[in-house]
Amino acid sequence: MSNLNYTFTNKTRNFTYALMAIGLITIIVGFIHTPKELDVNVDQHTRIWANLLVNGYFFLGIGLLATFFMALQYAAEVAWSVAVKRVYEAVSCYLPVGATIMFLILLAGQLHLHHLYQWMDPAVYDKTSPKYDALITHKHGYFAPAFFWTRTIIYLGVWNLFQRGFRRRSLEEDLTGGTALHYKNMGKGALFLVFFAVTSSTSAWDWLMSLDVHWFSTMYGWYAFSGMWISAMTTIMLTVLFLKRKGYLENVNDSHIHDIAKWMFAVSFLWSYLWFCQFMLIWYTNIPEEIIYFQDRLANYGYMGLMWTVFILNFAFPMILLMSRDAKRNYYFIVIVGCIILVGHWLDVYDMVMPATVKGDHQLGWMEIGTALGFVGLLIFVVHKSLAKAPLMVQKHPYLDESLHHNF
Amino acid sequence: MSNVTIHAIFDDEEPLMATARTFKSNGIRIKDVFSPFPIHGIDPVIGVPRTWIAICAFIYGLTGLSLGTLMMWYMMVHDWPTDIGGKPSFAYYMNVPAFIPISFECTVLCAAHGMAITYYLRCWLVPGAKAKNPDPRTTDDKFMMVIETKEDKKNNIESLLKNGGASEIHYK
Repeated sequence: MSNLNYTFTNKTRNFTYALMAIGLITIIVGFIHTPKELDVNVDQHTRIWANLLVNGYFFLGIGLLATFFMALQYAAEVAWSVAVKRVYEAVSCYLPVGATIMFLILLAGQLHLHHLYQWMDPAVYDKTSPKYDALITHKHGYFAPAFFWTRTIIYLGVWNLFQRGFRRRSLEEDLTGGTALHYKNMGKGALFLVFFAVTSSTSAWDWLMSLDVHWFSTMYGWYAFSGMWISAMTTIMLTVLFLKRKGYLENVNDSHIHDIAKWMFAVSFLWSYLWFCQFMLIWYTNIPEEIIYFQDRLANYGYMGLMWTVFILNFAFPMILLMSRDAKRNYYFIVIVGCIILVGHWLDVYDMVMPATVKGDHQLGWMEIGTALGFVGLLIFVVHKSLAKAPLMVQKHPYLDESLHHNF
Repeated sequence: MSNVTIHAIFDDEEPLMATARTFKSNGIRIKDVFSPFPIHGIDPVIGVPRTWIAICAFIYGLTGLSLGTLMMWYMMVHDWPTDIGGKPSFAYYMNVPAFIPISFECTVLCAAHGMAITYYLRCWLVPGAKAKNPDPRTTDDKFMMVIETKEDKKNNIESLLKNGGASEIHYK
């Protein structure tokens, strides 16, 4: 066996510190900064809050869907992925951090520090107020603070409990071996999938779809879910390739890489399918209450270029570039495609949040890029810290041997 | 000197693979291998060249895409412009989202059928074709390696096969 203990070198650590510092400074400056011209409908700090929401959600999704992927591998008793198990486990360790950030962003909304969510303002339910909105009042039962916060706390809490349990049992299995823990993980994995099947959709409604509170789409939950999934798979892939480049994970061969690349390819298609289904049905039927979502993006606020860029980056590029077998086994190629996919899906979340929050004031400037870099640094920091905490290869998983001989 | 065809039967795919690797390093050409299931990674060992089916599939797909586009353009735009859901088809590009599912289906239809037909023709799996399998047991639980060689190399190959774990050796 090769070197199993990952050292989080000072060079990498300082790199993540630098990124986090950029992010922190950007956020602080973002709160001090006063734009010269302000849309009457938009608060002064909406742009930075919307940025925090974009990044909070996007990076939470990476940790969350790595947890989902882990549960999927357990429930389906997958053998090939055991060799990279520690990597997706480490990516899933971002979940507690991401969940905390998401919670704080939502809490700030509840405390009326920002007004990203129109329905959080009690005035919209008040008939005497000029802000009264009959349509939102119809949804008051769902958006009532008590119900909303119960849901949010249940999602975040239960996801985290599962993630902690998987991680704990995985480390325990290294010492004890046997199949008892394996079967326990299998049961818990299946349980998580059932829970996540519902909460992945409802959390996307609560946190993102409710930004466009008058609008709804039955595709939205899956669309958000598939976008997070592909980001998580790409992050796992990039982490594996980073470790291989540094000389770790010698037992991870081209067939493992090929299989993760297949996931990237397949989930890209899943996302494209859901994105396009949502778009085409709404575009074709052209009902005012539905079309407003795309009207805001394509016409009212000028996101047309961005929206089609997102579709091409996330559909055409992975489709053409990752189609062939050789491409899925070429590390440099996958890194390039992976970076395109990550940027594409970050822009997709941007396109979900910005038209509903900053509306026409959107710009991809220093604030957007700086905040995103900060979160990238945080993600790398958390993931690499978790990688360093445990051996890079599981020791006594029942399918370890099968995974090491994975070859096709 | 006369040619001889050796049919070596193996009980498992692993010894067959190992023997094939020894043959490859000794420069002995394997004519064919018959197996009840696909053996992963055997192609380069027994010298099967990379398949062209992927390139064929791409060309068939492109053909399907073009034909589908032509069909929709002719039906929906050129011959009888159709107004569906308040979206009159004055030009193809204006309603392109509505045409994407059909473009996709035509691509898949032509690529899949073209690939299957090419495969059948290339392997000559046509109605009434005679089976080329020399031993029906290779469709059940036996693995067969076919080697064509000269008379003088026969003994050397036979010993290599026996060392490799061949359970039966036949000469044709």
